[in-house]
Amino acid sequence: METLHYLALGFGVALQPENLMFALMGCFIGTLIGALPGLGPANGVAILIPLAFTLGLKPETALIMLTAVYAGAMYGGRISSILLNIPGDEPAMMTCLDGYPMARNGKAAEALAISAIASFMGSLIATVGLILLAPLLARFALTFGPAEYFALFVLAFATLGGITGKNPMKTLMAAAIGLIIATVGIDLSTGTQRYTFGVLELYEGVDFIIAIVGLFAVSELLFFIEEKAGKGREMIKVNPLKLKWREILSIFPTSIRGGVLGFIAGVLPGAGASLGSFITYTLEKKIVGQKGYFGEGDPRGVAAPESGNNGASSGALVPMLTLGVPGSGTTAVLLAMLVSLNITPGPLMFTQNAELVWGVIAALLVGNFILLLLNIPLVGVFVKILSVPPMYLLPIVTMVAFVGIYSISHSTFDLDFMIAFGVAGYILRKLEIPLVPVILGLLLGPEMEKNLRHAMQISDGDWSILWSSPLSIGLWLVAIIGLVLPVIVGPILRRRMQAAKEKVG
Amino acid sequence: MISAKTLKWVAAAALTLTASSAMAFEPSGKVECIAPSDPGGGWDFTCRSVGNVLEELDLVPASVQTINMAGAGGGVAFAHTVSKRAGDDQLLVAASTATTTRLAQDQFPGMDADMVNWIGAVGADYGIIGVAKDSPYHNLNELMDAMKDDPRAVKFAGGSANGGWDHLKVLIAAKAAGVENLPRIPYLSYNNGGEAMTQVIGGHVDAFTGDISEAQGFMESGDLRVLAVLSDERLPGDLSDIPTAKEQGIDAVGPNWRGFYMPADIDDDAKQYWVDAMDKLYNSDQWKKVMKSNGLMPFHPESGEFDAFVQQQIEDIHSLSQEIGLIQ
Repeated sequence: METLHYLALGFGVALQPENLMFALMGCFIGTLIGALPGLGPANGVAILIPLAFTLGLKPETALIMLTAVYAGAMYGGRISSILLNIPGDEPAMMTCLDGYPMARNGKAAEALAISAIASFMGSLIATVGLILLAPLLARFALTFGPAEYFALFVLAFATLGGITGKNPMKTLMAAAIGLIIATVGIDLSTGTQRYTFGVLELYEGVDFIIAIVGLFAVSELLFFIEEKAGKGREMIKVNPLKLKWREILSIFPTSIRGGVLGFIAGVLPGAGASLGSFITYTLEKKIVGQKGYFGEGDPRGVAAPESGNNGASSGALVPMLTLGVPGSGTTAVLLAMLVSLNITPGPLMFTQNAELVWGVIAALLVGNFILLLLNIPLVGVFVKILSVPPMYLLPIVTMVAFVGIYSISHSTFDLDFMIAFGVAGYILRKLEIPLVPVILGLLLGPEMEKNLRHAMQISDGDWSILWSSPLSIGLWLVAIIGLVLPVIVGPILRRRMQAAKEKVG
Repeated sequence: MISAKTLKWVAAAALTLTASSAMAFEPSGKVECIAPSDPGGGWDFTCRSVGNVLEELDLVPASVQTINMAGAGGGVAFAHTVSKRAGDDQLLVAASTATTTRLAQDQFPGMDADMVNWIGAVGADYGIIGVAKDSPYHNLNELMDAMKDDPRAVKFAGGSANGGWDHLKVLIAAKAAGVENLPRIPYLSYNNGGEAMTQVIGGHVDAFTGDISEAQGFMESGDLRVLAVLSDERLPGDLSDIPTAKEQGIDAVGPNWRGFYMPADIDDDAKQYWVDAMDKLYNSDQWKKVMKSNGLMPFHPESGEFDAFVQQQIEDIHSLSQEIGLIQ
């Protein structure tokens, strides 16, 4: 009942004209970002954060816009998968498998429509899951003391690479780089400055937003300059849509299974959307078995991964909103946004910032309908934009990033800093060191340190406090499993994903 | 010192023939207010709300433009004001107890409070000390007695850094109560008051130190028992049930004031204009409404006494910080 009350409150916020407008804008930009190969959802959200500050948006409006971008990107990723056989973002990889063959068989419009409907259902199911689970988990979060939080952060780092992550050493290195950067600034527990060298701008530490925009957006530009990829891509023409109700109904069971499974994958830390789409596709193939023609353009092969990755993206919001531990790269970026707005995720946020949290949740529901509408009749617009050469798009993106960062603080120091991060991001990507762990290290490092020191202060220096409650012991066990499992299961899963990829050619 | 600028103002004042043209100084054109934080923080609120009311009261000719200049807990804005804006009499900078705390602890390297002009305060948030509803402590004296026996008996959680204002409030109260060995009192620092309070409500930390505005949500729900408010008198309205530390025999006051400073080297007339403007603003109905809707409590040192108040607060915090070994 209470949940319904809050949800009504949330709709009150989400349906305000201003918020609705920014949700619509976010959905549109998000779909676009998702559709453009290379610009993933994390990048997209990172670039738009400074824009939200520039426009002087209220916290709830800013967050509504960014979650709409996030949801939109998950929708958009499939467009280039289907038409170009190039996933717009990583989770959309599995959609290539059946989407591209469908398009080649002259059914591009149907593939796009089916994937939009599946995305909608996956997202809808997961949002309902979020509504049911988040308040429960938020209340449960009160039982988290410093020791439990410390174990939770260890768990987040242990599962960071994800089950499919390839090089654990590089992931670890990336996380360490993030942790190192995080030590700059005032040390809350003693009040002393660390590694600031008397530079006032460093006293409050490195601003997440600057680091994120630099690492993602600026490095993207540098990559682009290097590749000189000036031309648009050849793609399959979209045929007029001829979709029967029967065909839509036939993907319903698939989409429901995909949504539920994706949601679960999203809630688990470290798993994320890529795994969500992978396991839903594999499971669907098993369930349908010989009756299907997976890999040759089966509509269910399009519906499964799309419902899976959209489900996972909403699921990943659960740990982020309730515990402050992001379940994916993009939610990490959203978390950075919350922190910059001085809003702490957790049980308190659900009561003290009820309008914000529930506004965002309601906006997710509203955004879903907007996205469905945007993605079926207006899919042609996105297809058009997809053929715009990146040489026109990326400079715009860079301009938004620069103007945005400057408008937050009016400091050229921040711009220089952002460029430095961009160069660093470029080098890291060249070395194939992933960027998301860097961000997570930067975001979670101070929290982890703080909780360890608090635990020590409470116990007067007795280390056994760290594993003195059933909850913390449970978290440690999961963390250990998270570390060990990829070593065993990882190669098998990766081989299968690789095999699937090769099949598409 | 009659500069071309001053002449221009005189001319402008004469031309517009305003009622207050007898006054030597009157702002013309754009007035800026620097909020030394990102949008959304307390200083940002101070600038924007005061800017609005100044406009409504016609104390400024046009609008007040808020500029966000985050960094070093106000240090970047302070350095900017000192080094680049000296003599600019159309610039206000939002400040609070956080600013004096950092000045007292030499956290703005090479700068001190004498390098700017302190204009006035327009309200405050008062410190409180609270415990979870199932805590064994029912008043401030019980809590302090436990600490007198063993300074590590009660662990505090607050939203500022170690040595920051939330920490200092505990020490101010403990010192007034006669607790010895202040550096031994455990203080756990969180990112903000909300996070700290969650840990106290969850039973992980014994007591909460923060401001009354942070505590209201959990106070109303009954999860947090406020043992004392660190104000001179009981707070107005619904909050009048909370006993002050003073009436419990512990002479501790901790206002987190909100106010402004201006650059150095401005004319006395200009300074007086802004000091008077803060008085007028504080006494206006419009401002009372803002205070009420934002939980801001009465606090406004008499005209001209604000500077002395700031100096005294800095001195107190400085000696307290020395006592706990935070600074030399």
